[in-house]
Amino acid sequence: MSSTDPILTVDRLSVRLPKGADRTHAISEVSLSVAENEIVCIVGESGSGKSMMANTIMRLLPDGVTTDGGRLLFAGRDLCTASAAEMRGIRGAEIAMVFQEPMTALNPLRTIGDQIGEVLEIHTELTKAEIKSRVSSLLTDVNIPDPARAAKAYPHELSGGQRQRAMIAMALALDPKLLIADEPTTALDVTTQAQILKLIRELQQRRRTAVLFITHDFGVVAEIADRVVVMQQGVVVEHGPARDVLRHPQHPYTQQLIAAVPPVAAPPPRQLSDETILALSGVTKTYRTGGFLGRGERVTHAVKDVSLTLPKGATLGIVGESGSGKSTLARCIIRLLDPDAGSILLDGQDWARLSRTEIRGRTQQMQMVFQDPFASLNPRRKAVELVAQGPIIHGTPRDQALAEARELFELVGLDPSAANRFPHEFSGGQRQRIGLARALALKPAVLVADEPVSALDVSVQAQVLRLLTDLRARLGLSIIFITHDLRVAAQICDLVAVMKDGVVVEHGLTGDVFGSPQHSYTQALLAAIPGGDFARTPQG
Amino acid sequence: MRILSLAGRRLAASIPTLFLILIGVFLLLQLAPGDTVDAMMAQMGGGDAATARELRRFYGLDVSVPVQLANYLWRLVRLDLGFSAIYGKPVASVILERLPPTLLLMTSALSFAFFFGLVFGVIAARGVNRWPDTLISTVGLIFYATPSFWFGLMAIVVFSIYLQWLPAGGFEDIGTVSTGLWRVLDIASHLVLPSLTLGLIFLAIYLRIMRASMLEVLNLDFIRTARAKGLDETRIITRHVLRNALLPMVTLIGLQAGTMLGGSVVVETVFSLPGLGRLAYESVVQRDLNTLLGIVFVSALLVIAVNFITDLLYARLDPRITAEN
Amino acid sequence: MDAVKRYFRSPAAVLGLVLLLIIIGMALSAGYFYPRDPLALAGRPLVWPFANPRFLLGTDNSGRDIAAQIFHGARISLLIGGVATLIAVTIGVLVGALAGYYGGWIDNVLMRITEAFQTLPNFVLLLVLVAVFGSTLTTVTIAVGIVSWPAPARLTRAEFLSLRSREFVQAGRTLGMRDAQLILREILPNALPPVIVYAGVVMAVAILLESALAFLRLSDANVASWGNLIGLGRDVLRVQWYVSAIPGVAILITVLAVSLVGQGLNDALNPRLKQR
Repeated sequence: MSSTDPILTVDRLSVRLPKGADRTHAISEVSLSVAENEIVCIVGESGSGKSMMANTIMRLLPDGVTTDGGRLLFAGRDLCTASAAEMRGIRGAEIAMVFQEPMTALNPLRTIGDQIGEVLEIHTELTKAEIKSRVSSLLTDVNIPDPARAAKAYPHELSGGQRQRAMIAMALALDPKLLIADEPTTALDVTTQAQILKLIRELQQRRRTAVLFITHDFGVVAEIADRVVVMQQGVVVEHGPARDVLRHPQHPYTQQLIAAVPPVAAPPPRQLSDETILALSGVTKTYRTGGFLGRGERVTHAVKDVSLTLPKGATLGIVGESGSGKSTLARCIIRLLDPDAGSILLDGQDWARLSRTEIRGRTQQMQMVFQDPFASLNPRRKAVELVAQGPIIHGTPRDQALAEARELFELVGLDPSAANRFPHEFSGGQRQRIGLARALALKPAVLVADEPVSALDVSVQAQVLRLLTDLRARLGLSIIFITHDLRVAAQICDLVAVMKDGVVVEHGLTGDVFGSPQHSYTQALLAAIPGGDFARTPQG
Repeated sequence: MRILSLAGRRLAASIPTLFLILIGVFLLLQLAPGDTVDAMMAQMGGGDAATARELRRFYGLDVSVPVQLANYLWRLVRLDLGFSAIYGKPVASVILERLPPTLLLMTSALSFAFFFGLVFGVIAARGVNRWPDTLISTVGLIFYATPSFWFGLMAIVVFSIYLQWLPAGGFEDIGTVSTGLWRVLDIASHLVLPSLTLGLIFLAIYLRIMRASMLEVLNLDFIRTARAKGLDETRIITRHVLRNALLPMVTLIGLQAGTMLGGSVVVETVFSLPGLGRLAYESVVQRDLNTLLGIVFVSALLVIAVNFITDLLYARLDPRITAEN
Repeated sequence: MDAVKRYFRSPAAVLGLVLLLIIIGMALSAGYFYPRDPLALAGRPLVWPFANPRFLLGTDNSGRDIAAQIFHGARISLLIGGVATLIAVTIGVLVGALAGYYGGWIDNVLMRITEAFQTLPNFVLLLVLVAVFGSTLTTVTIAVGIVSWPAPARLTRAEFLSLRSREFVQAGRTLGMRDAQLILREILPNALPPVIVYAGVVMAVAILLESALAFLRLSDANVASWGNLIGLGRDVLRVQWYVSAIPGVAILITVLAVSLVGQGLNDALNPRLKQR
């Protein structure tokens, strides 16, 4: 890691937010630098100002947001004072950017090749034929299968990983001095993420590009960073070489963030009950789409012949990437969807065969916690009403239900005096607690939790997981826990089942599955966890 | 080819809709006081019951309603719309005569509304919340609130009566027989005011949609990508915004086709254009129910045709459409 | 409360409200200022506006007071516009809610019917309805309502479709709510605001439809309707163009007021859209 002169120096930069925002400055007096052939990670939770940093360097701030003092030195110029035309010459050619959502970051109506070629078209004098061959070699560089076909494809015709590769090809088209990557792997599955991180690393080393990598994930930091800048509320709280910051964090906030990243290794197994509370056998769900009078029909096996058992008081994790069928399975279990075949035995009743009306009468037995803390609460109802809803439906007198709901607030760690507020007045973590209280109000035996912490910041995530573990012990809950995050699964699940393409490829005790995975897919998943080594030995 | 088969499938799906309309309106018209024969007798200045019975038998009105309906649908399949007692000729030929002015009127009004709606929508969106936007949006709102028949009348007062620039009505000058280019120009000058009148409200709608759609697209992620590539604003608009923003406009043409055809009833009446809309009005006034039903059929066909064309257009603009199915 | 404040921050929305209040005021005070039948003979025909202080806006071809007809016409326009909108929105919400919530064949059937109504030009259908049921105030109002429901139905359906799969509705289902509870208490309150805002558009169109019908002399000839007066004025358009011009301005202002109020409500209720 030869340290040369910095390509980019951010010097006491501040960015002012418009009036009425939750704070006056998105970024206050931030200084950092990125040198050639170096990857600097800016890491922070939502609201830390890390993404605003990227937009400020590109001078692409939203309306009403302005720089407020400080300098942005890039290749001898202060970008803060550069003219609009100068900035256009720099963007794409000298500083390039890769975004989080490769689907929305590409124009859906134009081909990939056309959009990559556009960079060359505006910044160089190359002919059409030259551009075409450059595009093709760029797509080859980012290891897209069949580059010629990919150039002619529209964004929707590529997979998420391929789209992000195309974005990277576009960003590197003119060999920029600085590449800004704004959460480039957050929207991707873990195995795809590992491939993209590897690609960025390789290309960066080959071209000696300076990379400013923005992320919320310390695993990714451990995987890719040379140096780390930790931001909180628009201020840099700690910075230094990646190894030092990860192993010996100085600032309490950094320590807290790193401590919140769960290790992949499972804690020692708990004693599991011999009594089975929920038994799935041969559960199958197929989707049929399109087709007219039986022609051209497409059949998707979302869940195929899944058989699992949940011991009483245990937590069964169902892990897999998007499209693995784990959410469909959860919705089949709780009968939001009707399974095509198989049985779901709970307390001697086969839920797969019960009618909708019968299910309605039995919802106290099984409840669900949802993923999105913003979408899962009716915005027009007070929090206490949301929690009391279930018992009222099942015949508890209204006053009693409301009183009990207030008690539940305490149980899930919310202030009961906030019970009369509306959902939008709560933070994401608090909303997730309301969702949990709503499910617990019916005193269910089984709780189905569908990615309950994946929309939350890592520190909030840790709190909610702790709450769930605590409640599990106090209430004797049995939990089906759906997640894509193997770290989370390792931390909370007694048993784990790995799903791929609707099939459970491997299941067993969490320690066994994660410790010595048998199936090649499980092995690939575990290997793909970013910064795996770092978190396995967090105290190093 | 995929595009064509896709649009074709939607075309096929509109056949039941067409039958639904015909059956509904046919049954509705059974509730009307008096039938075609009554209207004919009234025009002939009355007649005895025997003649009426004879006429009813001749026109197939002496059988039960379901049979009449079945007969009607069967005749429709053979493109026979029946006979207009008022005009004394087959409904199909009456309608065919009246079709060209309406088609011309709709095409020119639509082109006018679409083109200027697009241009002003873009200008307004570019200067959002500044004076060009305020001016355009205000004028658009006023256009939207203007009753078309009233605008037509006022246009006649100004342009035909006071300024005498344009003819006050009719499809072409009957006094002088002109041919070739002169006839084209003559018809065009007769169509200026009606097209403006009919297009006005649609201009207002298109410009509002175009403005909103531009603003929405300008907020999308890929516009940020384009900026990050170093594109200037003009290029961003022409290469990335316009085509995306056009999609809702195209959808709107299909959705508004029926409304526009309905609007032509009033406009053709104001400007005495011998078109389909005026025919609809006349057949209501004269209780020529056979012709009215024929017009219902033909206007539904027209709307379906316009929707077919917009489907094709949309699929040309948006590659995602063909992939979805 | 925020919404009210936001509404009054927009000058256009305030202007619309003021205009609407003036028109409502005219409708309410018509009986006070012009207690006589507005369609009765009042004086010499074709008196120009401001020529005779008794007839501020002049008289029409048959010597009826135009100002009286404008005041009484406000009643008719608001009445027909309001009731027809109520009919259209009620049918639309009902159809849209059922189609959007249940999906499947119910959705298929209901959407086919909606499509049929949209494929048939609404004014042509209006003509057919008037031809069949006659041109009284009641039939015209109902007819205008019947031709206007497809758009609110589609809007409601779209809202229901997107809300139906929202997690809070699924949560209601897992709690054991019945369909009726889910539709009425969970989805509808969230789906209604955009539909109510859209009602402004429906009302504007309803007023325009009735006036067009009246202009063609196919609406109720026994009430003072602005459209009737425009149609009448057409016979004397060459010279006494004011007979047509004045009621037209009245329609324009009414429709403008209704649209401005609708748009103001929309911006007040969806503040995020306004920021752009």
